[in-house]
Amino acid sequence: MNPALYISKTGLSAQDRQLTSISNNLSNASTVGFKRDRVNFEDLLYQIQRQPGGQSSQNTQLPSGLQLGTGVRVVATQKQFTVGTLQVTEQPLDVAINNRGFLQVQLPTGETAYTRNGQLHLNANGEIVNANGFLIEPTITIPADINNITISQDGTVSVSILGVVQPQELGRILLTDFVNPAGLQSVGGNLFLATASSGDPQSGTAGENGLGSIIQGSLENSNVDIVEEMVNMITTQRAYEMNSKVVSTADQMLQFISQNL
Amino acid sequence: MDKALYIAMTSAKNNMLGQAIRSNNLANLNTTGFRGDFEQARSMGVYYGEGFPTRAYALTENPQTDFSEGSLLQTGRDLDVAVKDKGFIAVQAPDGSEAYTRAGDLSIDSSGVLRTGNGLPVMGNSGPMAIPEFQKLEIGQDGTVSVVIKGEAPGALSQVDQIKLVNPDESLLRKGRDGLLYAEGDVQPDINVSLLSGFLEGSNVNPVDELTKILTLARQYEMSVKMMKTAEENSEASARLLQTNG
Repeated sequence: MNPALYISKTGLSAQDRQLTSISNNLSNASTVGFKRDRVNFEDLLYQIQRQPGGQSSQNTQLPSGLQLGTGVRVVATQKQFTVGTLQVTEQPLDVAINNRGFLQVQLPTGETAYTRNGQLHLNANGEIVNANGFLIEPTITIPADINNITISQDGTVSVSILGVVQPQELGRILLTDFVNPAGLQSVGGNLFLATASSGDPQSGTAGENGLGSIIQGSLENSNVDIVEEMVNMITTQRAYEMNSKVVSTADQMLQFISQNL
Repeated sequence: MDKALYIAMTSAKNNMLGQAIRSNNLANLNTTGFRGDFEQARSMGVYYGEGFPTRAYALTENPQTDFSEGSLLQTGRDLDVAVKDKGFIAVQAPDGSEAYTRAGDLSIDSSGVLRTGNGLPVMGNSGPMAIPEFQKLEIGQDGTVSVVIKGEAPGALSQVDQIKLVNPDESLLRKGRDGLLYAEGDVQPDINVSLLSGFLEGSNVNPVDELTKILTLARQYEMSVKMMKTAEENSEASARLLQTNG
């Protein structure tokens, strides 16, 4: 069969993957703390049909050989941990992380997940939880009769209680960083899990040792650039069309030979 | 049997191989740093004895890789680099030898080794590069990697290593089975090669060009098939003439 058929097929499926990733990015264009994905392409193996420099006769050599590429493959999707823009919300339980770091979230299974989404809430017990109701680690419980919650740049949570002059310190939100954040596993819900390729989680105080500081009353927007995604969508679509054109050309060739011979 | 049939057959077969090269280029239309391949046909004469030199078979080959530059795409990521003008980034191939690529979508693995998008270690001044834990990383024009080490003041940039940038003679470069470029002999770093941080270089494949070539090859293929058909008709006609039971 015509090798072009299968080669273009790899092109079609790669562009298809690319479009999947683009549409996921676009649909999360306003998801707080979302990091966009990028699909990495790589050319597939080359088959050497005729070695360059092979003998064409006893005394002569072929000046060039024949190496056939076999198409393209998606080698990885890569999370882009560039910083999103900050949006001021003035909500006391909204926090943004300026620069590196993740909030730690305790999953119902007991595992720790990591997130950049700082839309925090309180549950019925007064504990700080994320939007899904999972506890933020370390657990901080806010008493009932309070006036104001303050989260400082280093993550210290303090409250002022009516009638008490001194604010009361309740605990500290810790941040975690990874050597290779792009190696984290996305599990949906704005959460990431540590993997062997991300490196071990390193917790610390916000604003120290290279960790970003915590900004209360702000949220980090998605880092999806809509214009860029649109342009990527155009190139993806056209590349898809070109490859399908090759499939139909190869098909016509096979049709021609089977009808004429 | 008429040899015209076999000559037409090699032509059609080699057109298909030529199309494989072209369609591989098109499939890699969006592959970062991809360099397209050329395809050409050579006539291989099989002349012997006296008589007309009419036996020339077609032979498809790819004489070179197209080293023209692809378009630059801005990504804004610190670890994305594009090579300006001519030149290549040196990486370590899986077999330990040195290979060259234009794909600069770098990343850092969990042990701090700087790798390309497909996981090959990037070569520094002396072998693969290990990068300490950092707050901020900068890749300079000449490939110098400098970082603000974790916990240090933002002003204290420390230089880690330099990405090995080379610019060997293009005629010495060959594409290997893995799509990386390999050079014959030892290649020394070239200080004239410069990088652009925050950009990636796209594929240098021109889709219109490739598609036109594919269509040309398809028509040529059809013509060869037509020749095969004609050869068949000729032998049919002679078979009819020689039928004795008329």
